[in-house]
Amino acid sequence: MNTSTTDAIDIRDAVKRYGDFTALHSVSLSIRDNEFFTLLGPSGCGKTTLLRMIAGFEDVTEGAIFLFGEEIEKLPPHKRPINTVFQNYALFPHMSVLENVGFGLEMLGHPMQEVRKRAGEALEMVQLSQFAARKPAQLSGGQQQRVALARALAPRPKVLLLDEPLSALDLKLRKAMQIELKHIQRDTGITFIFVTHDQEEALTMSDRIAVMSSGELQQLGDAREIYEQPRNTFVADFIGETNLLPVTVDEVQGGRAACHLPGGQTLTCDASAGVARGARVHLSLRPERVIVAAQPGVESLKATVRENIFVGTDITTIVDLAGGEEFRIRTSNSDRGRARIFEPGAGVFLNMEQGAARLLTD
Amino acid sequence: MAGGAASGGSSQSDTYAGARVWLLLPAWATLLILVVAPVGIMLVYSFLTKEFRGGVIWEFSWEAYDQFFFNRGLFGDEPPRIEWTYILIFWRSIWQAGVATLLSLAIGFPTACFIATRAPRQRPIWVFLVTIPYWVNLLIRTVSMKFLLRDNGPLNEALLGIGVISEPLHIVNTNLAVQLGLFYSYLPFMVLPIYAAVERYNFSLSEAAADLYAPRWTVLRRILLPAVKPGIVAGCILVFVPSLGSFLAPDLLGGARNFMIGSLIEEQFKGNAGNWPFGAAASMILLTLVLIILLFSARQQGRQEAR
Amino acid sequence: MAAKYDLRVFPGFRAVTLFCLAILYAPLVIVTIYSFNASPSITNWDGVSLRWYVDVFTGPDSEKFKYAARNSFIIAIIAATVATCIATLAATAILRGGRFRLRTVSFGLVSLPLMVPEIVTAVATLIFFNAIGFDRGLLTILLAHIAFCIPFAYLPISARMQGIEATYEQAAMDLYATRTLAFRRVLLPLMTPGIVSGFLLAFIVSLDDFIITNFVKGAGVETLPTAIFGAVKQGIKPNIMAISTMLLGISVVMVTLSWLVSRRDATK
Repeated sequence: MNTSTTDAIDIRDAVKRYGDFTALHSVSLSIRDNEFFTLLGPSGCGKTTLLRMIAGFEDVTEGAIFLFGEEIEKLPPHKRPINTVFQNYALFPHMSVLENVGFGLEMLGHPMQEVRKRAGEALEMVQLSQFAARKPAQLSGGQQQRVALARALAPRPKVLLLDEPLSALDLKLRKAMQIELKHIQRDTGITFIFVTHDQEEALTMSDRIAVMSSGELQQLGDAREIYEQPRNTFVADFIGETNLLPVTVDEVQGGRAACHLPGGQTLTCDASAGVARGARVHLSLRPERVIVAAQPGVESLKATVRENIFVGTDITTIVDLAGGEEFRIRTSNSDRGRARIFEPGAGVFLNMEQGAARLLTD
Repeated sequence: MAGGAASGGSSQSDTYAGARVWLLLPAWATLLILVVAPVGIMLVYSFLTKEFRGGVIWEFSWEAYDQFFFNRGLFGDEPPRIEWTYILIFWRSIWQAGVATLLSLAIGFPTACFIATRAPRQRPIWVFLVTIPYWVNLLIRTVSMKFLLRDNGPLNEALLGIGVISEPLHIVNTNLAVQLGLFYSYLPFMVLPIYAAVERYNFSLSEAAADLYAPRWTVLRRILLPAVKPGIVAGCILVFVPSLGSFLAPDLLGGARNFMIGSLIEEQFKGNAGNWPFGAAASMILLTLVLIILLFSARQQGRQEAR
Repeated sequence: MAAKYDLRVFPGFRAVTLFCLAILYAPLVIVTIYSFNASPSITNWDGVSLRWYVDVFTGPDSEKFKYAARNSFIIAIIAATVATCIATLAATAILRGGRFRLRTVSFGLVSLPLMVPEIVTAVATLIFFNAIGFDRGLLTILLAHIAFCIPFAYLPISARMQGIEATYEQAAMDLYATRTLAFRRVLLPLMTPGIVSGFLLAFIVSLDDFIITNFVKGAGVETLPTAIFGAVKQGIKPNIMAISTMLLGISVVMVTLSWLVSRRDATK
């Protein structure tokens, strides 16, 4: 009776090898019940492999996967109460929409009457009841996507897997579906595991995000943590935009580290664990955390403006630091009252608050 | 091959990996028993002693191959001379098949190009039109060809009628008739692979060449032809190989003087000669010839893909 | 009048294509026309008549032809059915069985009958049946046809299966279908056009085969092609043209059906 304290999915030291190629290096991960969880990473990072291991389409070379405390990695896909929304939907072209949605329930052995009723309910949830008799090919991409969702939800799985389900939709529809998916997840209370390479999508929808790269888990946390406290240069660079500058640490004292850039400019920032004197590390500075000004602030760097680029909501200013490094600053257009835009060639100061710059050891 | 999951093309589905032994068993059993084993036994038979009224005596003998290549006189006691009869029959077969292949190429290449440059929706219809005749019984097609080409057949009557010729052309029972028959039998095999290659060809390459001052036919020769060469090679093999061993066209259209391998072999089993080991040996020689051609082309093709 | 300079167009290729089609169809069209000739001589045209068609069914040779036709159809139906089943299973293993060492070999084996010259297959099969002491008759023809038809059934089936993405079966299994159910309920219905098309092609190949049949048939056993060949050896007679036209019609109808079925898009 302690299912509420058990994680929905518990992956323990999962390894996947194809011959001599290792697609997944010992990943351990717990996904909570009722959570909108996202596996985020560039293509080839192992996120889809991990998802397919949970679904049962890839065997686990080493390690174990638990579903609410029950070990499942040896079960075939049809014995796992987990359903998938496939990337290209995989709607059966020879069956009607209703038959597609009812397929899982039918396979579970429910009487046909109940199958039709519950399939109808699932279709209602995605507002496609009027298309029940159509064939998938007669629907638009967005509608097919919702049928795929209804089909995967109809058997009420314990966990729903979504493999880049929105990648084929155009931008507007994708944004609308992101919100709808989030609502459906909240209403049904089913654990969603969502795979995407789109960091913005991940930040928008997820309760927690696992960032993956080259078959390894890089960081696990909620959207804010991952964005504001990236653990390494990969995460900092992959999530959002950042300026990565190589620096050398001069002194560490009381959680603060003084360091200098190759050009000689110095800066003090929060030192994470493991930063020692003399270490060569990277400094990450988000473009929107910096203000361009004529006068220096508490923490600042000297630079020369190269170019201003108007990008709609923002203005991107590209500057050269004294050491020659390129640096980007983003100023929101709504900030125009406060922030000044400098002409190219102007000497400026890049001011930032304490804690804006982070040192990353790898 | 090492390197793992990401190597090459669409990923290999393994849904039914567990059952593949059972799924393949019927095919393996059928083909091993009814094709591979028979060819093996045929090889054995080619080294046995002939029985005069068909069949074999189970006694090892080189005689079939010896008879194919050497003449030792009527009583077998003269010093061996090269026996040209059968080599010439093979040579004639190669020549006839070669001419038929060139004819097919001359007609098939423009046809394939034309079809491949139609609107995508029209292409399958053209391809279909080219393939239908292939599915009509080869015997019927050959008989039809003979009927058409006869001395007093429709072709000669039409030509006489419009006054192009004053005497009927004697085509049946000549080399030309056999070449036409073979060409007609296997023409679709030339068109299809070339069509597939031209369809994949990216015509902006032609435009780039034209942009760099190449005239139209130079574009064809220097850019298109090299690009679709694998298709042309495949088409030539698909016409040449079955032509080489064909039986109906030479038998029905060629007459007794234009004997080819197929007829030579057939005669050993169905005709009066009745020399099974010799027929088996001739079949083995034909099969070897074909396998060499296929192997050679597979290596060529492999080299093309490796690039 | 600035015509577009289209590098896809080659002057004269259209004419060659039409010439090509003319060559391909002329003999068939002419035989069809002459099969309706009223004259007993194949040389003279004597007006339209169906008398040679009537002759095929009631004339002096009709018993022989009916017997041969019955053999042909029985063999073609059984051989095509068996070959299609074997080919469907083999295609499933080769295209859905993952990577395995004998995959290429299996494919090579399946396409072997296409690579070995037909006359060699015929000789080998004859010798094989002789060596194992199997009496030649209808059964030997049937067995030879099954083997020879496999690649013809296999090609359209595998072409179709390659077009079906593996995610369909995976989706079915994800929705609690067993492998067998996923095959029956999803893969098989999607493959139907390829299977039908493969069956029809195998059927025609069997119905039309002359060379192998001629070698492995027992004495006195005839199929339509061997009967026609025997008759043609005596000279082309009008009733032969009538039979040929009927056989030709069957082939054209079946190929057309096969083509239409395989073109039918299962997603519509």
